[in-house]
Amino acid sequence: MKSSTKSQAPLLEIKDLNVGFDTPEGEVHAVNNLNFSIKAGDTLAIVGESGAGKTQTVMAALGLLAENGHASGQAIFKGNDLLQMSAAELNRHRGREIAMIFQDPMTSLNPYLRIDKQMIEVVMHHQGLNKNQAREHAVEMLRAVRIPDPERRIRQYPHEFSGGMRQRVIVAMGLLCEPDLLIADEPTTALDVTVQGQISHLMGALRDNSNTAIILISHNLGVVAGLCERVLVMYAGEAVECGSVEQVYYDPRHPYTRGLLESVPRLDRPEEQGLNSIPGNPPNLLTLPAGCKFRDRCPEASDACREKPPMQLDDQRHAWRCILGGDT
Amino acid sequence: MAKHSLRRLLGLIPTLLLLLTVAFFLIRVAPGGPFDAEKALPPEIQANLNAKYHLDESLLQQYFRYLGQVVSLDFGPSYQYKDWTVNELIAQGFPVSLTVGLTAIVLAFFVGTMLGIAAALRQNSTVDYSLMGFAMLGISIPNFVIAPILILLLAVYAGWLPAGGWDWGVPSMVLPIVTLALPAIAYIARITRGSMIEVLHSNFIRTARAKGLSESIVIRRHALRPALLPVISYLGPAIAGMISGSVVIERIFSIPGLGSYFVQGALNRDYTLVMGVVIFYGVLILVLNFLVDLLYAWLNPKIRYDQKR
Ligand SMILES: Nc1ncnc2c1ncn2[C@@H]1O[C@H](COP(=O)(O)OP(=O)(O)OP(=O)(O)O)[C@@H](O)[C@H]1O
Ligand code: SF4
Ligand SMILES: [Mg+2]
Repeated sequence: MKSSTKSQAPLLEIKDLNVGFDTPEGEVHAVNNLNFSIKAGDTLAIVGESGAGKTQTVMAALGLLAENGHASGQAIFKGNDLLQMSAAELNRHRGREIAMIFQDPMTSLNPYLRIDKQMIEVVMHHQGLNKNQAREHAVEMLRAVRIPDPERRIRQYPHEFSGGMRQRVIVAMGLLCEPDLLIADEPTTALDVTVQGQISHLMGALRDNSNTAIILISHNLGVVAGLCERVLVMYAGEAVECGSVEQVYYDPRHPYTRGLLESVPRLDRPEEQGLNSIPGNPPNLLTLPAGCKFRDRCPEASDACREKPPMQLDDQRHAWRCILGGDT
Repeated sequence: MAKHSLRRLLGLIPTLLLLLTVAFFLIRVAPGGPFDAEKALPPEIQANLNAKYHLDESLLQQYFRYLGQVVSLDFGPSYQYKDWTVNELIAQGFPVSLTVGLTAIVLAFFVGTMLGIAAALRQNSTVDYSLMGFAMLGISIPNFVIAPILILLLAVYAGWLPAGGWDWGVPSMVLPIVTLALPAIAYIARITRGSMIEVLHSNFIRTARAKGLSESIVIRRHALRPALLPVISYLGPAIAGMISGSVVIERIFSIPGLGSYFVQGALNRDYTLVMGVVIFYGVLILVLNFLVDLLYAWLNPKIRYDQKR
């Protein structure tokens, strides 16, 4: 099934996306000229340090930016530009065709409503199920994300759940409508490794059974490798490298990607843990440098990097934004 | 929860005792006595009266005698309204005051929250600014200024409503109720606007929007309850404010409510009447505050949960 979809038009295509926030200090350039696309049944990971613009990229597409935020460019979903839609038009896609699993499990559930109410409102609203069917469906989903005793737990309030349990509830809520596109923002950070595995497995099953496209935002390169085919590496609101998991993990072309891979703690080299995080900090998003945004931290920087480096593309759909890294 | 409530109710007793004690001694510290008239009474009549009302006993004796009465729910005879007991006067005046106060608080709650939500949903628009400007006015202008203005406009010039009096008819109720409710409407509108704006920025509202729910469902199902919680906690003080406000309002509109009796009692050093009204209102405020707290806990699952444990 997966291979038959390869030639289709993309499900979501992000074109020249810019996201800015007006603040008293000036405009925060959170996402800059971002392009990527994803087809039905594809799994794309977005990785990058904190503040790289991963979350705001998808928030912009869903029309969920904060009030001081604005987006330009295009986010074409099934042929229509999400960025041009009114809230009412977006509501025909949100929840039903595009589901979002939010990053912060502690605050993303409504503390004043029982879990059942929050879960079943999605399916009742979009699939027209009645209360009992919706509820049964929700209980099954909670069971699938390994919440013990789901019939009882679903009657409880969010504060009766631990952080990890809330995260599973949020994941279950996202999977409930069997969306065409599932956006999962750090869906497993608060979970232990076994449950992480189970949840990636669930998402993988959803993709395989319903041909769901998945955008996975994660710091965890291990989870990414387990679930995704393609990886987009973001730095200071830009795409710096994009390719298949094999290309990016085993043949990284951008120095930032290499730094990111080296900063992964490794069991086989425990003495180096934490030592390998990339030195320095990402640039100030208020005043982005003109040339390569990674220049201040790049071990291979040279004078040529004062000009904005072009996106290089090899014939295997592996792309990177650096003056180096070409095969010649 | 029930145990917790019982404990809180019992905790009200010391508060009431303190209120009673302070009021009892304060009113006696004030110069003058209940039977001081323009023309001094002959000494033997004065003495007789004092004996009849036990005013010849020591202050402490009077205090404990009064305490005993109150415990048996008897506030004694009024000094001024000779044929009436204080209990009868309260029974007479309270229904009127209750009608004014209850209607005003209900009005303030619904109108205030609605205006506040309207302003929050149009944040920084003309509607928002004018509503909040009006609210600032409502908060800063005291009752006794608003009342004559309303009387002048609606009663004297327009002639739509009576300028005062009370006949249990709706027209006679409108002005006093509106005057009493206005500051609370303004305050509640401001609280609601602030809390609604804050709630609408929270992550769980973003989650609700991501579900594709319409904005009106998002607000009614997800935002309304948390946005109203601060209003609910304001209801306690609001009730107390309305009770003291009603004393003024009843005077201005010549309404035969409890507040009028209270003012009369205070002016005439009618110790028992003043004490009776003070204690009655004290109990009322404490009990209503208690009910407001219960409502708050009921609306807020987290508190409910903490109390269960
Ligand atoms: N409302 C806002 N006003 C101003 N700046 C904002 C606002 N929201 C986000 N930002 C900024 O936009 C940048 C990108 O944020 P984003 O949430 O996309 O980061 P991220 O890549 O998801 O990071 P993390 O891994 O920590 O979640 C950050 O620097 C953040 O401070
Ligand atoms: S363009 Fe230059 S500074 Fe930027 S990543 Fe490549 S080598 Fe480093
Ligand atoms: Mg994020």
